Amino acid sequence: MLSAADLAGPGPDEHGRFGIFGGRFVPEALIPALDEVEKVFNEARNDPEFVREFDHLLRTYAGRPTPVTEVPRFAEHAGGARILLKREDLTHTGAHKINNVLGQALLTKRLGKTRVIAETGAGQHGVATATAAALLGLECVIYMGAVDCERQALNVARMKLLGAKVVPVHTGSRTLKDAINEAFRDWVTNVDHTHYIFGTVAGPHPFPEIVRDFARIIGVEARRQVIELTGRLPDAVAACVGGGSNAIGIFHAFLDDKDVQLHGYEAAGHGLESGEHALTLTAGSVGVLHGARTYVLQDDEGQTIESHSISAGLDYPGVGPEHAWLKDSGRAVYHGVTDEAAMEAFALLARTEGIIPALESSHALAGALELGRELGPGATILVNLSGRGDKDMATAMKYFNL
Amino acid sequence: MTTLQTVFEKARAEKRAALVGYLPAGFPSARGAIAAATTMVEGGCDVIEIGLPYSDPLMDGPTIQDAVHRALVNGTRIADVLRTVEAVAATGAATLVMTYWNPVDRYGAERFARDLAAAGGAGTITPDLTPEEAGPWLEASAAAGIDTVFLVAPSSTDARIEKVVRCCTGFVYAASLMGVTGARETVSAAAEGLVKRTREHTTLPVCVGLGVSNGAQAAEVAAYADGVIVGSAFIRRLLDAPDEASGLAAVRALAEELAAGVRA
Repeated sequence: MLSAADLAGPGPDEHGRFGIFGGRFVPEALIPALDEVEKVFNEARNDPEFVREFDHLLRTYAGRPTPVTEVPRFAEHAGGARILLKREDLTHTGAHKINNVLGQALLTKRLGKTRVIAETGAGQHGVATATAAALLGLECVIYMGAVDCERQALNVARMKLLGAKVVPVHTGSRTLKDAINEAFRDWVTNVDHTHYIFGTVAGPHPFPEIVRDFARIIGVEARRQVIELTGRLPDAVAACVGGGSNAIGIFHAFLDDKDVQLHGYEAAGHGLESGEHALTLTAGSVGVLHGARTYVLQDDEGQTIESHSISAGLDYPGVGPEHAWLKDSGRAVYHGVTDEAAMEAFALLARTEGIIPALESSHALAGALELGRELGPGATILVNLSGRGDKDMATAMKYFNL
Repeated sequence: MTTLQTVFEKARAEKRAALVGYLPAGFPSARGAIAAATTMVEGGCDVIEIGLPYSDPLMDGPTIQDAVHRALVNGTRIADVLRTVEAVAATGAATLVMTYWNPVDRYGAERFARDLAAAGGAGTITPDLTPEEAGPWLEASAAAGIDTVFLVAPSSTDARIEKVVRCCTGFVYAASLMGVTGARETVSAAAEGLVKRTREHTTLPVCVGLGVSNGAQAAEVAAYADGVIVGSAFIRRLLDAPDEASGLAAVRALAEELAAGVRA
């Protein structure tokens, strides 16, 4: 049973800052809405009835707890390390996004609002939001970059079937960052009856905190499960990082376990030198994007540089402020994984274990293979398998000529 | 350089509201922006806001987004913004820069304030900078002797308005409605109430922006505000014009119509 303590991670400070990161850089019109969301969230997570309702939905609707699966045949390619997968791909709608969305949909009800909006890259957050909106009877509009609409056509169809209106965004790079801009524009116009179900641990305070705390369940469960399975804590936890919600979700329960290494894997796309990547923490600089101070891919005048990844969910030039803080404090380490390495890991997991992972998660799998070879035999690596790969089959068919 | 204080004192003496026009630097071209802004001044604008084109303008509607995108495609840089300010300030209009925070943050707050003052700029409007994050910018602007304009919105509580106006010098920007920039058929009824509430917390002039696009609307707003801010409607004239000369003629005509409106 989920407890209020499971819904309360440490930080940020009263201004929503993690060290120098985070905060609020948004039009004044949105400040009252952010204040209200913050207040209602703080009340909700301390209300046993809210926690019970959220727990009930997670168990009876989302399919929690998700199992931890050991993957020995895959791990043969990882220098003999043990690899354990936290199976968020087995949740309803097929990705970790459902946890946050169910929590925020309940918050929407508590806020007395009737309409939800969301942005989506790969479509998983959009599908999850459309699902929760259908479940709770909320009107739903999803903003999605026109480029992403094309490469994730299946998810667009799913959202429509679930009753959501999908709005393709044709401005800027026509990907996730522009969908977020458009969602903010909608929110500032319709904030009286609309809640913005932000999809990742980025954006203005309190979103990084809310999304993290609704995703914390991943790590809370996994920590207990790994101890049950192996008798001890893992040596390392690995997760992919776009905005960073699945990574924070699994990292957070291990923050105080100083011996557990935390590794985040960003999309290196065609490689750092190519300039076509989404290496925000590795190659970005400190700036402000989408309402928060964090690492950003930007030029020398603060214009956002378009990111690239084969995986729509990682194709984002910003990152959650808490990750920026974990990086600078040294508590977590962030690396890049190329499209090519991610696709190899994608195919390898499918062939060795019968699991088709999301392309996002494949970055973490590729990272774990390398990490396993570094840590050596006997090491245990917990990987957050953040989602399943059905949505990515069009990309895989093209890439592998299937 | 003309200060905002001078502009509002003059307008007050003439018993009218001030007219504030917005245009991004680099649109329709580097020279075109200067020509258009100069025309706006000749047509009757007292204050010009030069927009600093930014890749992620989350408070702007489609018209300004379009113009800003074109400015960026044209290769507009901060040096071009400062050159535009210099040219427009030379006309005698108080010239502000309207900018999202990240470009200033990246350029360096002190450096930006200093360079803007050196170009003859009167100050800045920063739509996504909240009082909580504004400390360094207020210091840098005060040191450079330029004004800082922040926004209040219909959703702002009285406590928020109090907090925002404490960061303002020059004037307070009252967003007339909940929404993004862009011309609208009617000016929101929320604007008058917001101006009234804002005046309970400050003696600074209060200007109203968002949604104003014609002389009648300008007159309506001028009846209760110290200034009327118009952006998208000017840009629309330039976007719709078949060539530069007719675009400038349309901009001049709109400025004259609005200038008559604030005097009505």
